[in-house]
Amino acid sequence: MPAVSKGDGMRGLAVFISDIRNCKSKEAEIKRINKELANIRSKFKGDKALDGYSKKKYVCKLLFIFLLGHDIDFGHMEAVNLLSSNKYTEKQIGYLFISVLVNSNSELIRLINNAIKNDLSSRNPTFMCLALHCIANVGSREMAEAFAGEIPRILVAGDTMDSVKQSAALCLLRLYKASPDLVLMGEWTSRVVHLLNDQHMGVVTAAISLITCLSQKNPDEFKTCVSLAVSRLSRIVSSASTDLQDYTYYFVPAPWLSCKLLRLLQCYPPPEDGAVKGRLVECLETILNKAQEPPKSKKVQHSNAKNAILFEAISLIIHYDSEPNLLVRACNQLGQFLQHRETNLRYLALESMCTLASSEFSHEAVKTHIETVINALKTERDVSVRQRAADLLYAMCDRSNAKQIVAEMLSYLETADYSIREEMVLKVAILAEKYAVDYSWYVDTILNLIRIAGDYVSEEVWYRVIQIVINRDDVQGYAAKTVFEALQAPACHENMVKVGGYILGEFGNLIAGDPRSSPLVQFNLLHSKFHLCSVPTRALLLSAYIKFINLFPETKATIQEVLRSDSQIRNSDVELQQRAVEYLKLSSIASTDVLATVLEEMPPFPERESSILAKLKKKKGPGVVPVSELEDGKREGGELNGGGDRGPDSAMSASNASTPSPSADLLGLRSAAPVSAAAPSAGSLLVDVFSESGAGGPAAAVNDDGFLRFVCKNNGVLFENQLLQIGIKSEYRQNLGRMYLFYGNKTSVQFASFSTTVSYPGELQSQLNVQTKPVEPLVEGGAQVQQVLNIECITDFSEAPQLNIKFRYGGALQNITLKLPVTINKFFQPTEMAATDFFQRWKQLSQPQQEAQKIFKANHGMDTEVLKAKLLGLGTALLENVDPNPENYVCAGVVQTKSQQVGVLLRLEPNAQAQPGVQMYRLTLRSSKDTVSKRLCDLLAEQF
Amino acid sequence: MIGGLFIYNHKGEVLISRVYRDDIGCLSTPYPSWERNAVDAFRVNVIHARQQVRSPVTNIARTSFFHVKRSNIWLAAVTKQNVNAAMVFEFLYKMCDVMTAYFSKISEENIKNNFVLIYELLDEILDFGYPQNSESGALKTFITQQGIKSQVRDKDEQSQITSQVTGQIGWRREGIKYRRNELFLDVLESVNLLMSPQGQVLSAHVSGRVVMKSYLSGMPECKFGMNDKIVIDKQQGKGATSDDSAKSGKQSIAIDDCTFHQCVRLSKFDSERSISFIPPDGDYELMRYRTTKDIILPFRVIPLVREVGRTKLEVKVVIKSNFKASLLAQKIEVRIPTPLNTSGVQVICMKGKAKYKASDNAIVWKIKRMAGMKESQISAEIELLPTNEKKKWTRPPISMNFEVPFAPSGLKVRYLKVFESKLNYSDHDVIKWVRYIGRSGIYETRC
Repeated sequence: MPAVSKGDGMRGLAVFISDIRNCKSKEAEIKRINKELANIRSKFKGDKALDGYSKKKYVCKLLFIFLLGHDIDFGHMEAVNLLSSNKYTEKQIGYLFISVLVNSNSELIRLINNAIKNDLSSRNPTFMCLALHCIANVGSREMAEAFAGEIPRILVAGDTMDSVKQSAALCLLRLYKASPDLVLMGEWTSRVVHLLNDQHMGVVTAAISLITCLSQKNPDEFKTCVSLAVSRLSRIVSSASTDLQDYTYYFVPAPWLSCKLLRLLQCYPPPEDGAVKGRLVECLETILNKAQEPPKSKKVQHSNAKNAILFEAISLIIHYDSEPNLLVRACNQLGQFLQHRETNLRYLALESMCTLASSEFSHEAVKTHIETVINALKTERDVSVRQRAADLLYAMCDRSNAKQIVAEMLSYLETADYSIREEMVLKVAILAEKYAVDYSWYVDTILNLIRIAGDYVSEEVWYRVIQIVINRDDVQGYAAKTVFEALQAPACHENMVKVGGYILGEFGNLIAGDPRSSPLVQFNLLHSKFHLCSVPTRALLLSAYIKFINLFPETKATIQEVLRSDSQIRNSDVELQQRAVEYLKLSSIASTDVLATVLEEMPPFPERESSILAKLKKKKGPGVVPVSELEDGKREGGELNGGGDRGPDSAMSASNASTPSPSADLLGLRSAAPVSAAAPSAGSLLVDVFSESGAGGPAAAVNDDGFLRFVCKNNGVLFENQLLQIGIKSEYRQNLGRMYLFYGNKTSVQFASFSTTVSYPGELQSQLNVQTKPVEPLVEGGAQVQQVLNIECITDFSEAPQLNIKFRYGGALQNITLKLPVTINKFFQPTEMAATDFFQRWKQLSQPQQEAQKIFKANHGMDTEVLKAKLLGLGTALLENVDPNPENYVCAGVVQTKSQQVGVLLRLEPNAQAQPGVQMYRLTLRSSKDTVSKRLCDLLAEQF
Repeated sequence: MIGGLFIYNHKGEVLISRVYRDDIGCLSTPYPSWERNAVDAFRVNVIHARQQVRSPVTNIARTSFFHVKRSNIWLAAVTKQNVNAAMVFEFLYKMCDVMTAYFSKISEENIKNNFVLIYELLDEILDFGYPQNSESGALKTFITQQGIKSQVRDKDEQSQITSQVTGQIGWRREGIKYRRNELFLDVLESVNLLMSPQGQVLSAHVSGRVVMKSYLSGMPECKFGMNDKIVIDKQQGKGATSDDSAKSGKQSIAIDDCTFHQCVRLSKFDSERSISFIPPDGDYELMRYRTTKDIILPFRVIPLVREVGRTKLEVKVVIKSNFKASLLAQKIEVRIPTPLNTSGVQVICMKGKAKYKASDNAIVWKIKRMAGMKESQISAEIELLPTNEKKKWTRPPISMNFEVPFAPSGLKVRYLKVFESKLNYSDHDVIKWVRYIGRSGIYETRC
């Protein structure tokens, strides 16, 4: 770069700047600037030619004024003139002005492009660099259009200077980021990749940034860079610290280049070529070895550079996730950093370990550091580090250490920062549920959680505990007892009252035998909290009271008294008042039998995805704790826990994709109203209780999925979006069926011209007969209309009828087409038979067209209970003790159609260890009609 | 109520800081507090703000800052409470008046030189944030600029000050004696105008003040009369003939609103619309008023702007004086804005001097004196530099400054009577001086 000679210093500019700095007020400054602008305008008037120096000076002043925040609308022409000057300083100022001030749509762009073109072809390296910098700084589409073809040529030309190559590579990177469609590498690809071999380290560093960006977009084209990068890396890593001279930074050879190389390698899977891979592994080992060496300098720069490479290497090792040896070493190395006195290092170590914990190879190694991490959680001064420690604890948790980790997190929660409390609570709740061995521990943990951090316990958490308690008989008594004890604390959180109210209302009878927790004591305890609670909780408590009347007739008088009191029956809140009035009436007029039916114990909830997990995912977003890791953990939990009748995970995943909104039907009340027909009012009662939670969140249910869900199920939500929810309830007898469709308007605006039609694709018209009445054309906001479909099966069929719904919402015509879940198996009549009968019939149906067989991977876990439930839901009879192998399932049934009856035999053979990690099923169906076998086989294969 | 009062220089450094209430944040803590205190908040958000702050009231973190600016000095009153903003500004203006009365010009240097005095004044005129007596005449009797003098004062005099300041007539002490009883009355008006290029008045109003200087002995009772329309009509209703009223109807003016010095008896004004008062000694402002009807516009500006191509602009401006030929207007200045891309200006004017001022982006034409019913003209050729952006020039209005020896509102002083029963001088013995000065406020004509 030519030195700036002394005569080039611009005195006028210096004077102007010092004038401005000396201005006492803003007004004075503006006056000075106006004066200067007028002066420059008179100079640029055009009647006299200016020499290069003055032009440069005035352009500089304009630039300065612009940078002070004033508009400049002239002088562009003069700046462009400067570009064609031969003096470096003049050219530089010209380019500076243009890259700062010229916007891309200026009409001058053609002139500028011309000047840049001249400079690019000038062979003068400094001019070329200036031009490249200007292109990169402006980086507009026009620039890209004009120069995207030219720059790669400069980049790979043999005679280009190194400094120009560097600029060209970075300039190209900028243009590529701005307008990727214009930068076509095609022919240059291999030559650009070979820049990795360049002698000059600066060129390599610049080129690798470009290559990394390009290879992220089209990895295949740049595949060859892997081996080059590995060899380059190994040369750097193995070099002595003095080899690279200028590129050695505090005894570390080329740290930036190494980091970039490692990052480039993270764009690709492990190299397939054994030699390359060996070399790379060697490099990584060397890097890990070097980390163990005593530092060559005490300077912080030295350790920073070294650690930067190390962490990048560890990221690569984690990315590959295939070298157990390296993973364990990386883990040990990070373990050392966990106790380092540098806070940043501890943070980075915890963060990297989080990802390490998800690898199967290093999970155990990570677990050895549990004490240190727990210690970090307790003693770290920086909240962000504590947060990472909590993340890591969550990630490393499994069955073996769950109790310890949950206990530690709970005890930490008491002192935790407010910012991370909610997340911690969710984590504890999930871990407790996922790794719960015995449910009394689970109940204890969650109740503790509510006690310690009640404010941060979201609705989902306590919904979940109730859901689990209701579904598990063995824990109900314990839960009631614990809740009762917890409620005795003088001040307990409202969430605790909610859980207490619900559980005692359902299972208070289980502990009523003890005189210390006699019904009246229980009631008084609950009622003592009543006045401190918010309206939704009070509503829940009122429901609990009415349940008490059912459970303990001796409390009836007391409770009626409470309900009758003015504060209830004349409560200003409509909800409370209505409940009080209705419950009072119910308790006084209904006979005990009716009462017992209405207030029957809640039926078990259908299992679905833990809504807490969904909430955590939403809260954290992907990335902090990788979602895949969560799901891994979940699957693991499912397998380990699968022994009991719990098995939520398989069913959970089944409904995973289509769970419309986790909070809305968390308890499954909306989608699957309790099947027990005896207690419909109890169901609606509870819908009431939870109507508070509201339906939120858009959900685009994929109908195909919805359709498949109903193969083994008769009731539920068929479809849901922001506007409309369609519930379905159906019953079948022999070849006849009746389907109730409930159209719920979720908005507050009415739907106009609402109409539905049923259509029959293919030849279905002749196979199935569906009759219905038209629905009301107006659906008010929030209202629900019902439609009844009468279905008759004439002969076997394979298509499904389609339901088309049209309505106007706020003027826009909505059109929804759904497959109605009417399948052939709905017309099954179960047939019980003994083993001998079964095998006899099985053999009768041995013609090849009568059999349909499929072997498929299990989509969901292999939980016995879930499988049984599904097979029963199918409509067949599940035959026990028929198959010699107890693992297999055998079913029999008759499909009833108007024209004929088709006997069907089914055999499902699970194979849990087909291949490591893959569970397979073999499904065989035999029936007297080939189309029936085929169709049933297709339907069922999707279900398991 | 006002929580504190701060005076800043143009750099945002605090010259005076007086805190009356603790609620505005710890302000004088010597150690750096993590909470940005009120002083800093104002400096950062108003004085050093990127965009110029145009609102005189700024609310930062639930604290209100009311500021006025005098040359390079910022006065800011700070409060956390919901105070009457008009009261706060009235106080700030009074504060400025008091400071001007003590050391003429409010400047950084004067404030630094008088800072003990300013603290003394602040102690007196604000008490726990409530404004107190801010009459500079009264203040001067007990807050003096010569420290020694106040010590010599005897007890009698001190008790007299106390009784005066706390008494009913706080603005005047007893026992004043002058050999010559004199009264000076100035009617100061500023006339504001916005006129369309065709000569249509878009808005016009006059804001005026009656400023007095009295050197009267004893406790005189004064009565001030002017050609207020309501008073005149009332008198004519009593006895005058109808053609008389038509004749004098032109003479009376309609006052839109007015405010008085605290010495004026408001009850009497309300019932009889007569202005009677016991005047303070020395300078004071008796009343302020505003009129919008029948304003005499002293000058008419006729602009003519022609754009000749992209690079040239021709401007011709004629001014006509519109008052009695015997009167002389002074200090006339016409500002003709020029486009932002002006690169050169040639001016020719018949009278006075004209110059292109680049720092203001305007041609400034100055005429020292001009008689009534005259006309003068200026023409200018402006060269323009072609610019990239085709932004149209917004053509700001041509503004004007002047001073004329009459009241543009038409206000006339009808009488000013002085009664002093205890001392033996009568109204005729008092020498009275009346002067009218009309100045331009914002006097603009669009072009």
